[in-house]
Amino acid sequence: MTTADLDHTHTIASRRPCFVATLRRHVPLSIGLGILWLVVMVLVAIFADVLRPYSITAMDLTNRLSAPGNPKHWLGTDELGRDVLARLIQSVRISLVIAFSATIISAVFGTALGFAAAKFRGIVEHVVLVLADFQAALPFLVMSLAVLAFFGSSMVLIVCLMGFYGWERYARVARGLAISASAQGYASAVVQLGASPLRVYFRHILPNVASTLIVSMTLTFPEIILMESGLSFLGLGVQPPETSLGNMVGFGREYLTRAPWIMLAPALVIMLTTLSISLVGDWLRDKLDPTVR
Amino acid sequence: MVAALIKAEGLTRIYEMRRGLFGKVTPVRAVDDLSLKVLPGETLGVVGESGSGKSTLGRMLLGIDPAESGTVTFEDKPMPAFGTAEWRALRVRMQLVYQDPLAALDRRLTIATQIREPLDIHNLLTKDERDARVQALMAAVGLRPDQADRYPHELSGGQRQRAVIARALASRPRLIVCDEPVSALDVSIQAQVVNMLRDLQDEFQIAMVFISHDLKVVRNIADRVVVMYLGRIVEEASSDVIFASPRHPYTQALVSSVPVPGQPLKGRMILQGEPPNPASRPSGCAFHPRCPLATDICRTTVPMLRTVGLQRAAACHLVEGANAPIAA
Repeated sequence: MTTADLDHTHTIASRRPCFVATLRRHVPLSIGLGILWLVVMVLVAIFADVLRPYSITAMDLTNRLSAPGNPKHWLGTDELGRDVLARLIQSVRISLVIAFSATIISAVFGTALGFAAAKFRGIVEHVVLVLADFQAALPFLVMSLAVLAFFGSSMVLIVCLMGFYGWERYARVARGLAISASAQGYASAVVQLGASPLRVYFRHILPNVASTLIVSMTLTFPEIILMESGLSFLGLGVQPPETSLGNMVGFGREYLTRAPWIMLAPALVIMLTTLSISLVGDWLRDKLDPTVR
Repeated sequence: MVAALIKAEGLTRIYEMRRGLFGKVTPVRAVDDLSLKVLPGETLGVVGESGSGKSTLGRMLLGIDPAESGTVTFEDKPMPAFGTAEWRALRVRMQLVYQDPLAALDRRLTIATQIREPLDIHNLLTKDERDARVQALMAAVGLRPDQADRYPHELSGGQRQRAVIARALASRPRLIVCDEPVSALDVSIQAQVVNMLRDLQDEFQIAMVFISHDLKVVRNIADRVVVMYLGRIVEEASSDVIFASPRHPYTQALVSSVPVPGQPLKGRMILQGEPPNPASRPSGCAFHPRCPLATDICRTTVPMLRTVGLQRAAACHLVEGANAPIAA
């Protein structure tokens, strides 16, 4: 098991010969597998066009609902005879693009608002906190449904919408930590050295709160994948014939008893990806903290 | 006479304190109509109980806390407002040393990076000169070169405080304010750090405001001492004089509490009553409820800080002019 894992990482990082040895010493097996899985997912997303055995809309009508293991269709086919593997590969790309972009948007947006609240206090802080409470109190799925129903579903809109998901957590965390750092301690010490606010926030406070924010991100990322799955499941996310992981699960449910592979393959990918993100994120937080070594 | 490096006139800082959710807002005069000046290269000790406004005074001198009234003049120019570009630029000339060095250091940056930071911020010197300056500073404060790449949590308390002091000295300031710099350290380390501060101050000719509640330390390092009680100066004199012959009853009580090695404490004046609460300031002389000598005038009239001898002043009705004996 370990050898298989390392063999693979070796091919990834063959340019750095000592990389494998370093990995073996510093990375526990579960984290290694998590990283490996994420790397595979990212590679799949990048090279989806090359890896796809068939077009996602290509129908093989003689092989409808064929089970996995079919020499022509490794993961089987769906009710229209479309290759599940091909659709899965495309789904990984779409879902990862949505989840990564949305996580980054919400992290940047939330952290920026949180820092702004901590820096300017007063009215700015009140407005940010009211917005954060509003966001937390709002059933997000219902709001997404409304927005998508009004404006129609498009990839950009979905990413932006998902980007608003969970920003209030970053904002609260960033604000709280920035205020406590400014009230006493390193941030006020650096202000006292004459540093500009930009330097204080981006060189000192941000690296110090990064570990907490990373944990938030690892929590938000799976939630966004699941949220997108939910929306697609309800028919308002990614529109057919385009496909995403949630979309596949949604359409596969009708054949759950007769052809479970249509739904189980994307469900497994969702589960493994979110699990890997959580494991790796947690490990990364510890690694980024010089006081925990 | 040498011009003062920093001069404070009539400084007042009022905090607002609220009791309970809908309670009345009570103004607390943390620093009350206080004036002082520090000459270049001089060490001014500021002593007083906790809550006497020492730290607030230090922060006001640096322009970090705004003054409700009064002015701070540094090198004949008024102190710019906190956070402005002029205020930031002035940090090259004046620095603060903190009480808790672990809190004052960024735990994600190495010691060398942090000592270098003032130079980076103010863009002083070239890159190579900065590295050389950092090495020289580390040597000057007694840190080993191999500790440059350490993180704050990997150093001992004394070493951290040395790093904080090195950072404060990096831009070669004219004034440093030390806010209880050694009170978090144990006694043997305290002595080392205080001696080091004194040597560095002699070497670089820095004026220093040394805030402490520890009279032994202040006596060791200060040229001149002001004693604060509830935001006001009650006595001011040179260090030798004030410890040898304190005039104000409060100073007498403080000085009598310091043990002298090899001698039993004698003539100890133990203060009666509660420690001062700045929110409910007694009428007249703020010290009168605890003062063993208080008379009627003390309860009604606030004593002004008056000259009571060569280079010394006290705020007490019972301390007469230069040659009068101490009323005791």
